[in-house]
Amino acid sequence: MRWYWIDRFIEFESGRSAKAVKTISLAEDHLHDHYSNHPMIPNSLVIEGLAQTGGLLICEYKQFAERVVLAKIPKARFYCEAIPGDRLIYSTTIEYIKREGAMVTATSYKENELHAEAEIVFAHLDDSRHDSLFEPETFLRMMRLLGAFDVGRAADGGPLVPPKRLLEAIDAKDRNVPESVSRGTRL
Amino acid sequence: MPTKDEVFEKIRVALVDALGVDDDEVTPEATLVGDLGAESIDFLDIVFRLEKTFDIKIPRGELFPEDILTDSQYVQEGRVTEPGVKELRQRMPFANLDEFAKNPVVQDFGSLLTVADMCRFVETKMEVSD
Repeated sequence: MRWYWIDRFIEFESGRSAKAVKTISLAEDHLHDHYSNHPMIPNSLVIEGLAQTGGLLICEYKQFAERVVLAKIPKARFYCEAIPGDRLIYSTTIEYIKREGAMVTATSYKENELHAEAEIVFAHLDDSRHDSLFEPETFLRMMRLLGAFDVGRAADGGPLVPPKRLLEAIDAKDRNVPESVSRGTRL
Repeated sequence: MPTKDEVFEKIRVALVDALGVDDDEVTPEATLVGDLGAESIDFLDIVFRLEKTFDIKIPRGELFPEDILTDSQYVQEGRVTEPGVKELRQRMPFANLDEFAKNPVVQDFGSLLTVADMCRFVETKMEVSD
C-alpha cells in the first residue's frame, strides 16, 4: 500500500494555506474491512490526509530543510461519514511556525457539508534522528506527484518552484539508478 | 486590563484545549507534567495558545529554560548545581523553586511547574489588576 492519503493539491499558498482533494473509492482495500457491509473511510486516515496536506505546507515553507512529523492532535471532530464516491476537500491553514514545530487548523468538507475539523501539531526533528525517517527529497517528490507545483503560489504571488539544491540532489540520485529501474518512475 | 481571575480562566481554557483535560482538573496547584500529563511537545502548543490568547510573545526557553538543564556548566551528574539553581531562580521568578532546590535532580524539574506558576508568568508579561 502506498501511503498517500490525498490525491491532488488544488491550492497551495506558500506559508499560508493549502487545499487538497481526497476521492474515496471502493478500490481501496481497507474499506472492505471498515466495514464489510458499510464501507467508510476511517477517521484516522482522514487525519492522515489532513496531516499530509498541512505537513507538506510546513515542509515547503521550511524549504524541505526540516524533518516534519505529525506530533500531536489537540482537537479532532467528525460530523458525518464519508463513503465510496464521496469527494473530500481538505483545507489547512498555518496557525504558527516556530523553530521546534508548527500547528495547522484543518477542515474536511464533503460538498458543502462540514465533515471534520482538526488542529494538528508538527514537530521538527533534530539531526540525531534523521537516519530512520524520510529524506527531504521524499517530501519534494510527494509535492510533485500531488501537483503542488502546478497550482502553487510562492509568498510573493509568483509560481511555486522547488528549491534548486533539492532538484539537483534528486537528479544526481536518479542518474545513479539503472535506466531499466528508473524508466517511468521518475517524478 | 485583565484581572488575575480572568488570566486564570483563560489559561484554563488554553490548557483544556492543549491537553484534553477536564475543566476541573485545571486548578492553581496542579502541576503541568505530573497532574495534567503535559509532554514536551505540549509546551510548544501551550506557548502558542498563551501567545494568541494574551497577545504576548514568549521566546523559546522563557517559560521552561531547558537550555540551563542541558548546560554542563549548570548540571553535574544529573543534578543542577548551585549556580544552576541561582540561574533558574533568576530566569523563573514566577516559579517557587524552594522545594526543587533541596534536591535538584534534573529529571524532577519537569514536574515542577504549576498552573499558578503559569499564571504568574503571564502576569509578568502584561499589566494585570487584582
